Amino acid sequence: MSEPIIEINHLSYDYPDRRVLSDISLAVRQGEFLAIVGENGSGKSTLIKCILGLLKPEGSIRLFGRELDQFDEWWRISYVSQKAASFNSGFPVTVEEVVEMGLYAKKGLFKRLKKGDRTKVRQALETVGMWDRRSSKVGDLSGGQQQRVFIARALVNDPELMILDEPTVGVDQRYVKEFYEILEELRADKKRTFVLVTHDIHFVSRLVTDVVHLIDGKLGCNCGIKEYWELDEKEIRSLYPVPGRVLVHEGERV
Amino acid sequence: MIEAFMTFKFLQYALVAALLIGFTAPFIGSFVVVRRMSLIADALSHVTLAGIALSLLISGMVSSLAGLNPLYLGIVTAVIAALLIDWLRSKYRHFQELAIPIMMATGMGLGAIFISMANGFSMDLVSFLFGTVSAVTLTDVYTILIVAVIVIVFVSLFYKELLFLSFDEEQARVSGIRLQLVHVVFMIVVALVIAISMRIVGILLVSSLITLPVAAALRFAKSFKATIFWSIVFGEVATIAGLILAYQFDLAPGGMIVMLAVLELIIVMSAERFVGGKHHGKTTRKSA
Ligand SMILES: Nc1ncnc2c1ncn2[C@@H]1O[C@H](COP(=O)(O)OP(=O)(O)OP(=O)(O)O)[C@@H](O)[C@H]1O
Ligand SMILES: [Mg+2]
Repeated sequence: MSEPIIEINHLSYDYPDRRVLSDISLAVRQGEFLAIVGENGSGKSTLIKCILGLLKPEGSIRLFGRELDQFDEWWRISYVSQKAASFNSGFPVTVEEVVEMGLYAKKGLFKRLKKGDRTKVRQALETVGMWDRRSSKVGDLSGGQQQRVFIARALVNDPELMILDEPTVGVDQRYVKEFYEILEELRADKKRTFVLVTHDIHFVSRLVTDVVHLIDGKLGCNCGIKEYWELDEKEIRSLYPVPGRVLVHEGERV
Repeated sequence: MIEAFMTFKFLQYALVAALLIGFTAPFIGSFVVVRRMSLIADALSHVTLAGIALSLLISGMVSSLAGLNPLYLGIVTAVIAALLIDWLRSKYRHFQELAIPIMMATGMGLGAIFISMANGFSMDLVSFLFGTVSAVTLTDVYTILIVAVIVIVFVSLFYKELLFLSFDEEQARVSGIRLQLVHVVFMIVVALVIAISMRIVGILLVSSLITLPVAAALRFAKSFKATIFWSIVFGEVATIAGLILAYQFDLAPGGMIVMLAVLELIIVMSAERFVGGKHHGKTTRKSA
């Protein structure tokens, strides 16, 4: 069997005042679609940031078979952060310029964008329905529109691994649906791997192959989607230290 | 007056220097401003004063170094100060702006000591404080030219990286950009620009040439490319016109240039009232 795309062994992470992740081990293989779920503050975003090398945890992380600190093929990965739109809204940069940034990692130093790159930018922007606004300043768009631009930036470099931390927060229902349709299309290429942090796993259950359920920074369950549905609510609830504190399957409420 | 610029070598030197500075200062300034480092430019220029004063002091004491161009020591001081500011910023993670008063105080303190050791202000020193029309030498012009070329090459090479880093540091890191390297080189380049600009605009006014044209461009530019373009236009107009007016009326060019940059900003801001309700709406929203 091929090497996992992401392999995490005994990962723990502390913020100065508290332990946020403890002893997480998991592997994501090529073609898998991993959903990370868990209540607010359970450590989902922190886990993602560790995987991306933005935070330095204890334990080991391997990406595409290489230790994280030796990994340098970042163009194989794209990332949409939970608060993608938290930039300085006065920044003088257009929608098109932002999406071009998605291509920079692949370009390497000193190389300029070519005509083929412009076509890619156009396609990505058309996919999220923002091509008409390509010359607008990003700060002048609504929050949901900005998020769509950041999604386009993640799509533009045709990544092998997409890491998405609640990418559709603030995006209206129509485009959420379209976004998941795009993901479904991208899924058609079975080589592509996804990690998605989400609160509505029901919405994407058709796509998901595996689920990681974080509970207070610990691995509550790490299993296939079928098994996950078979776990009944009581079993998941029993994973929590304080019973009855949480609504499981938040998506159901929506 | 045009005749004067045709005849006098020193005026031609000053003009070429002004052309180069009017381009490079707002060019690098576009990045300085969007990275919210405007005040760092100010601190750097004040530290450079110490280097200039030291150079003048040495020239006065050691006769074999009497002809030393203060620009060299100024450049060295600026670069060292840039690296120190960066180091201080990493030491005070949560109070990064502290690096500015710390460096500014050090620079001005040293400057004051060197100046008094050299028995007070000389005409030379004053020309470095507020710029000069008449004291630009051919070596100055060459030095400025070399630095300008370095700046333009650097920004062209690292354009993508600089823009990405300025806009979205987290994403830039995730795309594997060597941030620390780009950042350190950037700081050095900013220091270089400040050091060369002071010949024309003067130490005390350098940072305004880096920030004011950008401030004007930011009022209406939508893209980053347009921001750079208009900053350079404003920068060139202010430096060239400022230099000519300063010569004409026998005033310090630094003052003239900066006041023209202020005037540009005022014009742009008043034009917003008349051009399109869109901009107007934006300003009210911001202030609300
Ligand atoms: N910069 C920080 N400094 C200190 N503690 C932090 C920091 N960021 C997050 N935390 C803490 O770490 C814990 C996990 O946060 P994290 O952002 O990973 O949660 P999450 O699962 O992504 O939550 P959400 O569903 O709200 O996005 C939280 O308890 C939070 O308070
Ligand atoms: Mg989160």
